[in-house]
Amino acid sequence: MFNIERWQEIFDTINKNKLRTFLTSLSVASGILILVILLGFSSGIENGVRTQFEQDATNRISVSARVTTKGYKGLNPGRRLQMTNKDYENLNEKYKEQIEYKTSLYRSWGGQVNYKEKQGSYRIEGVFADQQWIENATLSQGRYISQSDIEESRKVGVIGYQMKEDLFPNTNPIGKTILLNNNINFIVVGVYTDPGGSREESRLFIPITTAQKVFNAGENIDRIAYTVKMSDNFDEAVALSAAMSESIDQDLRTKFSVAPDDRVAIRVDDTLEEAQKIYGLIDTIRAVFWFIGIGTIIAGVVGVGNIMLIVVKERTKEIGIRKALGALPSEIIWMVLQESIFITAIAGFVGLFIGVGILELVGPSIEMDFIKNPTVDFTTSITTVIILVVSGALAGFIPARRAANIKPIEALRDE
Amino acid sequence: MIEITDLHKSYITGNTSLHVLKGIDFSVKEGELVSIMGSSGSGKSTLLNILGMLDEADSGTYTLDNTPIKNLNEKIAAQYRNKFLGFIFQSFNLISYKNAIDNVALPLYYQKVGRKERDEKAMHYLEKVGLADWADHLPNQLSGGQKQRVAIARALASDPKVLLADEPTGALDTKTSYEVMDLIQGINEEGRTILVVTHEPDIAEMTKRIVNLKDGRIIDDRVVNQIKAKAHV
Repeated sequence: MFNIERWQEIFDTINKNKLRTFLTSLSVASGILILVILLGFSSGIENGVRTQFEQDATNRISVSARVTTKGYKGLNPGRRLQMTNKDYENLNEKYKEQIEYKTSLYRSWGGQVNYKEKQGSYRIEGVFADQQWIENATLSQGRYISQSDIEESRKVGVIGYQMKEDLFPNTNPIGKTILLNNNINFIVVGVYTDPGGSREESRLFIPITTAQKVFNAGENIDRIAYTVKMSDNFDEAVALSAAMSESIDQDLRTKFSVAPDDRVAIRVDDTLEEAQKIYGLIDTIRAVFWFIGIGTIIAGVVGVGNIMLIVVKERTKEIGIRKALGALPSEIIWMVLQESIFITAIAGFVGLFIGVGILELVGPSIEMDFIKNPTVDFTTSITTVIILVVSGALAGFIPARRAANIKPIEALRDE
Repeated sequence: MIEITDLHKSYITGNTSLHVLKGIDFSVKEGELVSIMGSSGSGKSTLLNILGMLDEADSGTYTLDNTPIKNLNEKIAAQYRNKFLGFIFQSFNLISYKNAIDNVALPLYYQKVGRKERDEKAMHYLEKVGLADWADHLPNQLSGGQKQRVAIARALASDPKVLLADEPTGALDTKTSYEVMDLIQGINEEGRTILVVTHEPDIAEMTKRIVNLKDGRIIDDRVVNQIKAKAHV
């Protein structure tokens, strides 16, 4: 296949038709460029969504009870539901086989926190120690809430990185005393960071037992959160997680006498199932992008096929001469195919490099909520290269067949 | 070398069938220099095309160097052409973007001869036709006579059994025509079999045998006293 003479011929013909070859190449190059950019963005969307999910553990189930919106079994709508420690313990017991981490939560939305003359308003959340893993939080300093903190209802807190920036710009916060709502002192024991960013890092975590006491909440809890044990098979894990969510939902509806279709009163959010849906959506987006990209490439390839037909037409006589001199049909086919593959490949590579270049240049600066660092990976590049060669061959195939079928006697007939 | 018996060929255009060759019996021995004459429409080009395996007869037999030529597919025809035949055309048919030596080397390329050997052989044949100094020139930098000599060198390059020349002097002036004929005579004297299609009597007289075609039949086949082209150059 590699043979200098044939390459020389290809360059000769390309040289003869520079403008035409250039214009055709342009369509192939832009096709690949568009494909690469689209694929880059689909990976960017994937990255972005993944980051969104990583704010919290992806295998999380979150349970909350609010106000009924529908009447049921003689009970009026508008009834306020209140979960307690008892509900939490019952669920823990019932699903202990499936549960990985668990916490209940009591929150106060706007808590005022002071450190010396600095102050701010933050969410205060009473939690168990497992909250760290359920929130996907990383400790940057100190420690998290511990079991003994909870048992002894200690007045300790873990602050988010944003709080540390606000209240302790130049000081080490560990061991310092902060004032909550102007009446209770807490000792800072740790600082955490969260992939969710500053909004998620503007929270103060304290032991649930402490929270229930200082906010006079008794046994009340607002929310229960679990992570489910993951099995190796993602689909299986999703199914298990969905089944458990469904079952918890049933338990609570029975307990609180809530209408089966009242989606507001009892909410059990299954992140894993959501994740699966979103990943399915991303797959769809990617498929659509591929479809558009391939469509654009087809337009380019048709252009190359067209040009090769013209080239073959123009070279009819030359091909006739070659056949008279003993060129086999297969050699003629290769000659045309190789030229076609060459043009598409070169043009495609140019498009590929420009596309990758643009993504490399612009990609890192794109940081929207659902698009993050769009790039094309090695596999995608290789795939596009294969697409190029195949489409080049396809583009050349019909013209090559036509060339091979040229009858020397007709080609050589003097005009 | 060439044996043809009862060769028929018709062309069908639309509803009318044109019977071009109406039973040709014809043979050429090794080393002959034969001219095929006839007015246009006599079937001489068709005959040459069939001899050159560029076209196939409807009926009749054709044997070339003891090889029966029949049921050719494209591939076998190409191989036979490459192995047995060298073509010389009226309009030279050089490849315009290849220089003289590459044009001459082309049949060797299709014989899968290596590049170095190809260039050596091509150069040898260019020397033979007196154009060694023009090896790097493109066809459009050569005169008509030079082009035809390059074409002759190309036809010789594959060392064919038979040279087929279709009006080799048709596009050349008289002086150049005679120079080309001188070259053809020289090649013939080295023992190569050559068939020349022409309608010019003076060119035909420079071959050793004249076959006259009229309306698809041979009306006359005679050995002539060859006139040496050199005397007229």
